[in-house]
Amino acid sequence: MELQTLSYIVVGATFALYIGIAFWARAGSTGEFYVAGGGVHPVANGMATAADWMSAASFISMAGLIAFNGYGASVFLMGWTGGYVLLAMLLAPYLRKFGKFTVPEFIGDRFYSQTARIVAVVCLILASITYVIGQMKGIGVAFSRFLETGYDTGLYVGMSIVFFYAVLGGMKGVTYTQIAQYCVLICAYTVPAVFISLELTGNPLPQLGLGSAMADGSANMLDRLDQVVTELGFAEYTTQKLGGTLNMFVYTLSLMIGTAGLPHVIVRFFTVPKVKDARSSAGWALVFIALLYTVAPAVGAMARLNLMETIQTGPVGAPDGNLAYEERPQWFKNWEQTGLLTFEDKNGDGRIQYYNDKNADFAAKAESYGWQGNEMVKVDRDIMVLANPEIAGLPNWVIALVAAGGLAAALSTAAGLLLAISSSISHDLLKGVFMPDISEKAELNAGRIAMAGAIAVAGYLGLNPPGFAAGTVAIAFGLAASSIFPALMMGIFNKKMNSQGAIAGMAAGIGITMLYVFQHKGIFFIPGTSFLGDMDASWFLGISPNAFGAIGALVNFGVATMVARVTAPPPEHIQHLVEDIRVPKGAGSVVGH
Amino acid sequence: MSDSNSSAAAYWSANLRLLTMCLVVWAIVSYGFGILLVEPLNAIQIGGYKLGFWFAQQGSIYTFLVLVFFYAARMNSLDREFGVAED
Repeated sequence: MELQTLSYIVVGATFALYIGIAFWARAGSTGEFYVAGGGVHPVANGMATAADWMSAASFISMAGLIAFNGYGASVFLMGWTGGYVLLAMLLAPYLRKFGKFTVPEFIGDRFYSQTARIVAVVCLILASITYVIGQMKGIGVAFSRFLETGYDTGLYVGMSIVFFYAVLGGMKGVTYTQIAQYCVLICAYTVPAVFISLELTGNPLPQLGLGSAMADGSANMLDRLDQVVTELGFAEYTTQKLGGTLNMFVYTLSLMIGTAGLPHVIVRFFTVPKVKDARSSAGWALVFIALLYTVAPAVGAMARLNLMETIQTGPVGAPDGNLAYEERPQWFKNWEQTGLLTFEDKNGDGRIQYYNDKNADFAAKAESYGWQGNEMVKVDRDIMVLANPEIAGLPNWVIALVAAGGLAAALSTAAGLLLAISSSISHDLLKGVFMPDISEKAELNAGRIAMAGAIAVAGYLGLNPPGFAAGTVAIAFGLAASSIFPALMMGIFNKKMNSQGAIAGMAAGIGITMLYVFQHKGIFFIPGTSFLGDMDASWFLGISPNAFGAIGALVNFGVATMVARVTAPPPEHIQHLVEDIRVPKGAGSVVGH
Repeated sequence: MSDSNSSAAAYWSANLRLLTMCLVVWAIVSYGFGILLVEPLNAIQIGGYKLGFWFAQQGSIYTFLVLVFFYAARMNSLDREFGVAED
């Protein structure tokens, strides 16, 4: 069957499934709207958390980052999984015991201050809105690439699907659709990976295939990759770093803390019945995330090897060692049409030379071969996952599945973020600050209106991405790491932390992180560098702006501790509250107040 | 009252001990083996993997998984031991 027809069928079927679930999981109360009634099984919640967490960036971009950064991309692998250890041990069980609907609500109560609550709401909305723009872009791109509709049409279709199940079902609808979306996205990711691993190494498990010998028995897969890339002047795959060791250290820490501080992830742990479920549910979330994150290094490495060997068909420097442009495979032509893969025959020999011409030593050698510069002038990182099934020659239904998987990843994350935004507006601002006497029914309606508004704003920003859109995911992580995580952690682990300390800490943490990011916005806000700004000599100790959240968090902890020491300790009943959230006993169902 | 207070304090410090132990392992596999010690560990080859590279891209994630479930199981038994488990 035609690829496009198949894509429509597969994507259409998944959308019908999401809408069906939305009808089944309508929310009847605020408890259902905000926290799915608090009755989600820990394994199911783990799966929903995984879908909530793994965005279009995880699905589409991460393997490409790994393919071109090799060992350096480990910061993303460790950073985006290690945060769940912090979440499971430092935050989730205690926040579940506290038993309220939103993250700002905890901050407001624990620090007995409406100001603290409002600061938290502002951080939450900023972090979530910036993050959601990326998802909207992902939806538009997936549609335009696979269904050959315009970017705008894709965005409208995506928005109406999210609108449908998020407005109708709130957290309950979002949770159950996320479970379905997880299944779609994990199949779409692992099926091609299994085939490729089998083809290259004879081992069906990509995690083992990456560490196996090549199927032809010539060498280990990773050694072969190291050899192929270094022969063409690129950095050795298994040892190339992302900046220096210090940058990798701080970057990993920032991503871990940021992950643990993202409100749309934290709030997922409010939906389980018990404190001990919150602990195990974080483990299950990590199981489902690890399924994708341990496959991604294999996808990245194998895609890179396939790409290099497709182009460099014989010994480096031999006159017929390079692929003739006329003989390029079909997938190469397909991606050329999108402009994401561009070839330019610089030396006019009709063959493709792909090498690192920034490497002075190798460039000299290349000249002696008659090469006049790298001819693969553009190889977009994002095509790695999307082109993989085509490169490996897999059937059309696998390609259609990958399209549905990318959409599932973008939709599930967008819905989770939109829910976090709308509940902080209807619950924290409206009920908590402006209209405390609002009835439950009116609050539920307000939640739905806020959700519709949030979708409209996100859609508008997706259609008219602001100039800084590319850098926004890093800002979201920076905000979460430098403000929300430290405030929550000190609220639980430091009984003497008071409102002055917490507010000063949050303000200082955000302030220094944003200052650093904006200082470098010249480099940082160039489209396409959202995850990896290029290195720059002016960076403080070589730390990239994306990696600065951890420094912001340290500043937050430091300032908060100092301010708390010179101001009055929190009142007695707050200290009792802290003692109370530290023990699981007596955790009731989640309630608003 | 003082009894339940001191038992709550003992429960909390048992939790903190367990927590610290887990976070030390968490830091060693990721920041230690995966980043700071990656070069010496890369001299060791496990299957087709250099060991440091394996920790950074596979091993640390598996360790995180084990840690979270280990912590959850140990905390459940601490809850029962100190009589603070949910009904």
